[in-house]
Amino acid sequence: MENKKTTMICAGFGGQGVMMAGKILCQTACDTTDMNVTFFPSYGMEKRGGTANCYVCIDEEPIGAPMVNHVNNLMIFNDLSYDAFINKLEPGGNLFLNTTLVKFRGDRDDINVIEVDAGNISVEMGSPKSLNLIMAGAFVGYTGALPVENCVETIGHKLGGKRPDLAAINEAAFRKGVEIGQAARKK
Amino acid sequence: MSEKIFMKGCEAVAEAAIRAGCRFYAGYPITPQNEVPEYLSRMMPKVGGVFLQGESEVASANMLYAGGVSGTRSMTTSSSCGISLMSEAISWMALQHVPTVIGNFARGGPGIGSIQPSQQDYVQATKASGNGGFQMIVLAPATVQEAVDMTYEAFDLADKYSFPTYILLDGFIGTMMEPVVLPPAKTDEEIAAIKASKKWVPNGSRGKNSLDQKGTLDYRNEKEAEMYEEWKKTEVKYETYLTEDAEVILTGYGISARIAKSVVNDMRKEGYKVGFIRPLRVNPFPEQAFEDLDYSKVRGILCTELSKPALYAVDVKNVVRGRCPVETALRSGGEIITADEIYEAAVKLYGAK
Amino acid sequence: MELVYKKPEIISDTQPNNFCPGCMHSSTWKIISEVVEEMGLADKTVWVAGVGCVANAHRYIQLDRFGIGHGRGCAGASAFKRCNPETFVFTYQGDGDLAAIGLAETMSAANRGDNFTVIFVNNGTYGMTGGQMAPTTLIGQKTTTTPYGRTAEEHGYPMHMCEILNVLEAPSYIARVTTADVPNAKKAKQAVRDAFQHQLDGKGFSFVEFISNCPTNWGMTPLESLDHIHNTVLKEFPLGVFRNR
Repeated sequence: MENKKTTMICAGFGGQGVMMAGKILCQTACDTTDMNVTFFPSYGMEKRGGTANCYVCIDEEPIGAPMVNHVNNLMIFNDLSYDAFINKLEPGGNLFLNTTLVKFRGDRDDINVIEVDAGNISVEMGSPKSLNLIMAGAFVGYTGALPVENCVETIGHKLGGKRPDLAAINEAAFRKGVEIGQAARKK
Repeated sequence: MSEKIFMKGCEAVAEAAIRAGCRFYAGYPITPQNEVPEYLSRMMPKVGGVFLQGESEVASANMLYAGGVSGTRSMTTSSSCGISLMSEAISWMALQHVPTVIGNFARGGPGIGSIQPSQQDYVQATKASGNGGFQMIVLAPATVQEAVDMTYEAFDLADKYSFPTYILLDGFIGTMMEPVVLPPAKTDEEIAAIKASKKWVPNGSRGKNSLDQKGTLDYRNEKEAEMYEEWKKTEVKYETYLTEDAEVILTGYGISARIAKSVVNDMRKEGYKVGFIRPLRVNPFPEQAFEDLDYSKVRGILCTELSKPALYAVDVKNVVRGRCPVETALRSGGEIITADEIYEAAVKLYGAK
Repeated sequence: MELVYKKPEIISDTQPNNFCPGCMHSSTWKIISEVVEEMGLADKTVWVAGVGCVANAHRYIQLDRFGIGHGRGCAGASAFKRCNPETFVFTYQGDGDLAAIGLAETMSAANRGDNFTVIFVNNGTYGMTGGQMAPTTLIGQKTTTTPYGRTAEEHGYPMHMCEILNVLEAPSYIARVTTADVPNAKKAKQAVRDAFQHQLDGKGFSFVEFISNCPTNWGMTPLESLDHIHNTVLKEFPLGVFRNR
């Protein structure tokens, strides 16, 4: 069986929920698979300038560096992050773009671009803070790397404690993202 | 089987300490290990332990010393320049044979250096953690799981030898999250029994209980030197991987070792006969791992470290004694070495396939 | 025959105290030993030995103790007492130890209100190392590192630890005493008793400063050193109970 290896950078402004998007995916992988998982947060560690980003590795083989040179998935929440990380995406990799804030620049023709108007959709759904869940959902919907229902469960555990009143809207946001991802896959 | 939990390195180390029966922690804030004191400040009151934020690393390490003197399983953590400030008290722990656990989430140096992960404290950890030429057993985890297991083990080692024990981590291990299985928590009865077994603890015995070691300092130093020699026989731990037919050996410890190991796997797929040696403890140094190599086959050894100049490689060279070339692949000051960089250096050392 | 005087049992019959002739460390320790015995504390006392002449006491005082790095007594006592609250803990520290290298540890423990007692012996000089300037050295006082006398311009003024600690909220007992004459020695004993009682009552940080001498490094006979304390030192460091809550 081919090793279903996922490496990903999630990057955006602090406050966009970039870290939580990565953590939900890692937590779900930890809970539902025997894969090796690493999550490495980087709060402006490489350079200053307001970007928060995290590195996610999910791999059947033992993981070497938790902070990899190149990834097969890139989740970009804002313009600054696009500049910083676009060249770290491997050919054939998937670029998940929060098109509310950052547009595809046509600078790569060897990657899959999944456009998600996550910022606007989250506002329309009445929960601007859940844009990260829409992005995470798009990743799951597009790649099928993790089971949707387990991710929903993780979101319930991770976010439910603080704001139980937002449980329904968080789940809806994630499922909306899944839909967008699945639709993009079919194109 | 215990449940797998997805945990951050610092918090996993803190939880492992609690489970090992640690009931005293003193520390001073320094990046990148603040989640350890933060976690323990929450947890210690819940388990009847003591958390104390010192006014400096100097004070915190002396609090740790006194915590150890009280018979309580005690720990501090810090990072590089903070550890330097602790060297006074660590040296006292060696003088008075006080069991404690010290964790260093190493960052760039010298001086305040950088807050990013680094491995520039190797010599300080293994050879000169304070004045007086003492040594400690130095554990060097490469994963969050190992950090948990080694923290748990460190308390037993400290008590076994009644001596400070050192965990050499780095900012990666502290900051990253990985799935871990936590060890069983010691019961209150077990913890009390450990404390009661330390008959030297001053507690009002009118001078009968004492930390004072018997004999002259010369005699005591000699006994300590004998203990360090004993460690070389009983406390060496290392990992070897695919070394039997290997023509090039990649070696390192901690975070740079796990990157090197992934390179070994990649190169094996390409047909390179490469192997891997990793100390799980960098003191006592695993000399046997290098003695066991067949130097008629080995073309060279590549040491990977996050330090310039190379520090670990010096120990490797001292064991190899010219039997094959020893090269290095290095990054320093908080920059992480990449698998590509290690690969290139290894291929160059290998020469023709 | 009626027994009219008996030395405290915890003062060894055989071990010398190693202090210089006429040094007031001896009378200070006698007071501490008497109070420890009178209050029935010997079987739970652990004292923390600073670095300097103060550490000489362990040869003849038969109480549990542990040594600690120069200046770190208050950090160690805080940790030890918190780990083993059933013990009775005091530190015994000189002026270089407590007020120079250990100033941060002293102030921080006092400010936390950690529940132990400090016995602070202030003789205005570093005795063990040969009579160098201490934070408490008087203006004009000649030491081996102020051969022309301490000046305010170059070295600043003597530090008054009782007064400094007295601005903190947490400490519960602060007093300055001396054993330079019998009436004052009686007051000193009462101060130690009060300070120890504060710890037993769980009131927090208690502090007794002993104005002491160093005939050897002062270049005086023991009697001259007592006169010097009365005529000069006490003018700079007034005695009294600064706080008793």
